Amino acid sequence: MSRIAACLEACQASGRKAVIPYIVAGDPWREVTVPAMHTLVAAGADIIELGVPFSDPMAEGPVIQLGHERALAHHIGMADVLAMVAEFRQQDPSTPVVLMGYANPVEVMGYERFAQAAVAAGVDGVLTVDMPPEEAGEMNSVFAQHQLDSIFLIAPTTTDARTKAICEMATGYIYYVSLKGVTGAGHIDTDEVKSKVNGIKRFTSLPVCVGFGIKDGESAAAIAECADGVVVGSVLVNGMGDCVGMAARNTDGADVLEGKDKAVLAEEVNARVMSIVSEIAAGANR
Amino acid sequence: MQTPFSSDPKKIDYSAMPDERGHFGPYGGRFVSETLIAALDELQAAYLSLKDTPAFQAEFDRDLAHYVGRPSPIYHAERWSREIGGAQIFLKREDLNHTGAHKVNNTIGQALLAKHMGKPRVIAETGAGQHGVASATVAARFGMECQVFMGAEDVKRQSLNVYRMKLLGAEVIPVTSGSRTLKDAMNEALRDWVTNVDNTFYIIGTVAGPAPYPQLVRDFQSVIGREARRQMVTQTDRLPDALVACVGGGSNAIGLFHPFLEDESVAMYGVEAGGFGVETGKHAAPLNDGKPGILHGNRTYLMEDENGQIIDTHSISAGLDYPGVGPEHSWLKDMGRVNYVAVTDDEAMDAFRALTQIEGIMPALETSHALAYAAKLARDMDKDKTILVNLSGRGDKDILTVADIDGITL
Repeated sequence: MSRIAACLEACQASGRKAVIPYIVAGDPWREVTVPAMHTLVAAGADIIELGVPFSDPMAEGPVIQLGHERALAHHIGMADVLAMVAEFRQQDPSTPVVLMGYANPVEVMGYERFAQAAVAAGVDGVLTVDMPPEEAGEMNSVFAQHQLDSIFLIAPTTTDARTKAICEMATGYIYYVSLKGVTGAGHIDTDEVKSKVNGIKRFTSLPVCVGFGIKDGESAAAIAECADGVVVGSVLVNGMGDCVGMAARNTDGADVLEGKDKAVLAEEVNARVMSIVSEIAAGANR
Repeated sequence: MQTPFSSDPKKIDYSAMPDERGHFGPYGGRFVSETLIAALDELQAAYLSLKDTPAFQAEFDRDLAHYVGRPSPIYHAERWSREIGGAQIFLKREDLNHTGAHKVNNTIGQALLAKHMGKPRVIAETGAGQHGVASATVAARFGMECQVFMGAEDVKRQSLNVYRMKLLGAEVIPVTSGSRTLKDAMNEALRDWVTNVDNTFYIIGTVAGPAPYPQLVRDFQSVIGREARRQMVTQTDRLPDALVACVGGGSNAIGLFHPFLEDESVAMYGVEAGGFGVETGKHAAPLNDGKPGILHGNRTYLMEDENGQIIDTHSISAGLDYPGVGPEHSWLKDMGRVNYVAVTDDEAMDAFRALTQIEGIMPALETSHALAYAAKLARDMDKDKTILVNLSGRGDKDILTVADIDGITL
């Protein structure tokens, strides 16, 4: 059984809702990520979604875009992301890690080479935002050969026919996007989410986790009522970015971290991560 | 690679592309988040149900004739041809269209689609501002709300077009993410669309983006090639020996080329922006010096680094300054049907001055790339051969850039 399946089964067996935080690898800088991943777990994360920075993250709202820009200011590439996962795995052999990102950084490596490297680093699943089921066939079969889970998005506008097709390809869990729009947008309608999640469950026995629009303990609690897990991204990336003033560079183009005491900043980032994820985790399992 | 064959196994059926999922061989397709799929399905269904209906065609043709001013003429640049001393160069005068470029052919078509789909709001991305102006123009004409996304860097560089769009009633939204240029404007327009899809139509300006855009934009722009084919036969009694067009995203090129693809005697040249020279890496020529990848919803040749990050491009011409290219061009390159070449900033400037001074026609800097290559090509061809260049836009918008190069402040 994959680490993701084992983790989500254990959650369900104990009546818990999975807590799935998302951070961007290398945001706000390289060395912060692995300690932050351990902090996420200490704060109650069941699965970690690790964002792979991309120059053109077209499905992201402004907050996560800035997270990608901060990471790219430090030239974080796929090899760096995989090295972070491998380092995390040295101390944490059990928490599943899902890479969430865009197709091109995977394409440029080739599916086979990427899959081998990802598994070797200890990655459990991959969510490729701009790879819908129609285009995902080849990638999916390579990932399946390597026992890498393929996580897919389902949106409020996804038809039943597509939902069925996506559920047939998906492994690990289904990520239901609770809002129209980009990451970090608006307010969620929990009744609608509940009916959609139930609709998805007609086609799959996979756990359905819900993301987009979860901001605090309150919204996590509301969503947890109708889902198997909650994903929290923007509020967390915002909190981490806030520690360095959000931007990757000053107005004069210099790195915002220049001249700062990184050890002090790292403590601040970890404290933020702890407080945000603890609140969400408590809300999700109120 | 999927290759559509007709009854003759060696002959490729170019009209069969794209397939029903928007693929041109391995290129094109629909690489977008699930959140956008329903919007693209809605658009595709509307387009396929309308495109061949006589009523929609008549509406489109009427606007092209009476609003855009089609057909655009074909002009024999006799003095310039004589000076070059080779093949005869003919110009398809898309610069004479309303708003001064080929862009309006497509925005008229898409605005008609928006009208039929009941969308009161249109959005567009723009680099130099030409597509933004063409979108703002048709939005004014159809009484639609219009917002144009434009990289913050481009807003600074193209203040004249920004003001034109404002006068036309559009709102220009500066995009401050990423490299703050055309590719980021496209990202932002896609983000707006996914959020406001219920009332919004996204008018993409080139033959890129997710399916069905590359096909839809090609179909609207193909009026250029259909007219040109007829006009060349009328004016010269035969088809041209070569076609030349500049390629950024590639909409004016595909519009000219597509109706000629089955004509084996017609050679085709797509001219990319070579910037400071392809060998310097500072250019916008993915078909010459890029490799296939995924950006803006389709698989195509891209300018990318070893990590798959899209890299900044350089061209003197803002309209060609794009790291990708329409997927059909990628396919035509691989099939060997079209030759993709590059000319530098300096070569384009020389052609800009030559056409302006010898023929009294001031071309856009984008178009000047095509002219520069046509001049090179003509030199090595006999005087009885003909080259047709798509004169895709007029150069008024570039006067400040040219003055700047000349060290003159206007």
